Amino acid sequence: MVANTHEQEFETQELLINMGPQHPSTHGVFRMVLGVDGEVVTDVVPHIGYMHRGAEKLCETMDFRQGVGYMDRTEYLANFNAELSYVLAVEKLAGIEVPERAQWVRMILCELNRLSSHFMFTGAFGTDVGVFGTAFVYSFREREVLLDLFEEITGDRLMYAYFRPGGLAWEVPDNFESRVHEVLLSAERGIRDMDGLLTQNEIFLARTKGVGAISAADAIDWGMSGPSLRASGVPLDLRRDDPYLYYPQVKFDVITGEAGDVFDRYHVRLKEMRESVRIIEQCMERLADGPILPERLPRMLRTPPGEIYERTEAPRGEYGIYLVSQGGNRPYRLKIRSACLSNLQALRDMTIGHYVADAVVILGSIDIVLCEVDR
Amino acid sequence: MRGIVRAMATTLGTFVRGPVTREYPERHRPIPQRDRAFPLLLWDFDTDEPFCTGCHACERACPVECMTVLMKDNPAHTSLGGTSKRRKIIDKFWIDYARCMRCNICVEVCNFDAIAMNNTWSGHEISVYDRADLVMDLPQLLAQHKAGAIDEWVAP
Ligand code: SF4
Ligand code: SF4
Repeated sequence: MVANTHEQEFETQELLINMGPQHPSTHGVFRMVLGVDGEVVTDVVPHIGYMHRGAEKLCETMDFRQGVGYMDRTEYLANFNAELSYVLAVEKLAGIEVPERAQWVRMILCELNRLSSHFMFTGAFGTDVGVFGTAFVYSFREREVLLDLFEEITGDRLMYAYFRPGGLAWEVPDNFESRVHEVLLSAERGIRDMDGLLTQNEIFLARTKGVGAISAADAIDWGMSGPSLRASGVPLDLRRDDPYLYYPQVKFDVITGEAGDVFDRYHVRLKEMRESVRIIEQCMERLADGPILPERLPRMLRTPPGEIYERTEAPRGEYGIYLVSQGGNRPYRLKIRSACLSNLQALRDMTIGHYVADAVVILGSIDIVLCEVDR
Repeated sequence: MRGIVRAMATTLGTFVRGPVTREYPERHRPIPQRDRAFPLLLWDFDTDEPFCTGCHACERACPVECMTVLMKDNPAHTSLGGTSKRRKIIDKFWIDYARCMRCNICVEVCNFDAIAMNNTWSGHEISVYDRADLVMDLPQLLAQHKAGAIDEWVAP
């Protein structure tokens, strides 16, 4: 066979390169082995498990109040949402009625947490795309204001441990309402800033449009959920489709994208932040005085035997708690359905065929929290 | 082009806003009253002894088992000619700050309001060369409140 000399000269060879575990753009301790042909990715093998602490197993040795703290340590960017799944599961199993005020406060805090988590995303994502500094620092500035509020309420900036089966650990401070309004104003300005900084920015668009697209059917097959799924055009939002708390009583839109590419995943999140602000404003109107814990709550909570799966819409998707109880004050088995783990499955499909530089962007667009993936 | 101009305008717009960053450690921001650093014990100035009776409730409720409590008969109890109403009192108390996950449960379960989370900067700025130095004993745990250097907050 007479080969084309031109092709022979440029014959390429597949190469394996390691990204992570200590890579600044892997959002935690995460390792990808990329097969590359020149600059094009031909294979992706993600390695997870570096952050595995056995949170599920640990929770089996904890009573229901102690377990709340461990939920914080799985989903550390949306702790309120993680705690919520857990306490809702326990409450349903034990048949506890939660006072109204506690539910509204929970809703406000969860949506505020969604804001802070999405700010974290826009910042980190901006960095991945290459707008280093500006987007990151701007969104962290807004997140800082939110964390200050959380600290004033719960006493901690990250590990709140504030929800309890039955309600809240303690009452919110007196100036809660005025502080939330203040924080919302700054968050709205922050959303405007991020919008102005990124959404129409030509460089940003060139890096994100058409990159890492995944079709709705594939996304469903991989079990994706949350904004990453909605970006592909599937209008699934557990707040609307499997309601919990008082979400049926507030108005909000379920944001969806069309192309399912990296840009859509970013844009869905940005628009979702506006919806969160809307929800919080409605909650603030409905918030009335009242107790924050049920009148009769045993000192040590025990659940009847049974099992339950409770899921909520966390900022990254469906955060579910599967709890098996054989009676007593602790779970017999606890399984955490991690949104990020399922979303991460689709990484391979998304990345193959794109450039190495885009792999970082695609990974960033899934918005993973490794502590939640590994648990 | 339009998008870049808009982004630049956003950047320029922030020139008039103050920063949220602070020059730590030269300057400390005020921290909220509910701030939770690590747990410490409170001192009862009326009878000049700790509030803690050594009832083990916190020790049993701690998720990470970082507390060790030993109780003794209170030598200052009224039956022994003292002035205190506490029949039992704390003898030895250790909290391993290196293991504590600052969950506030010990404060919640205490029936005597004897323990509180440190809400001052000194509670956060603990750094040692040896982990064993993070195991705080009774005098260390009591020192700050005894010196009046804390305005404690215990959830009602
Ligand atoms: S701090 Fe409170 S709960 Fe703990 S041993 Fe002392 S009195 Fe009991
Ligand atoms: S704050 Fe939590 S972890 Fe720390 S000593 Fe108290 S109960 Fe234990």
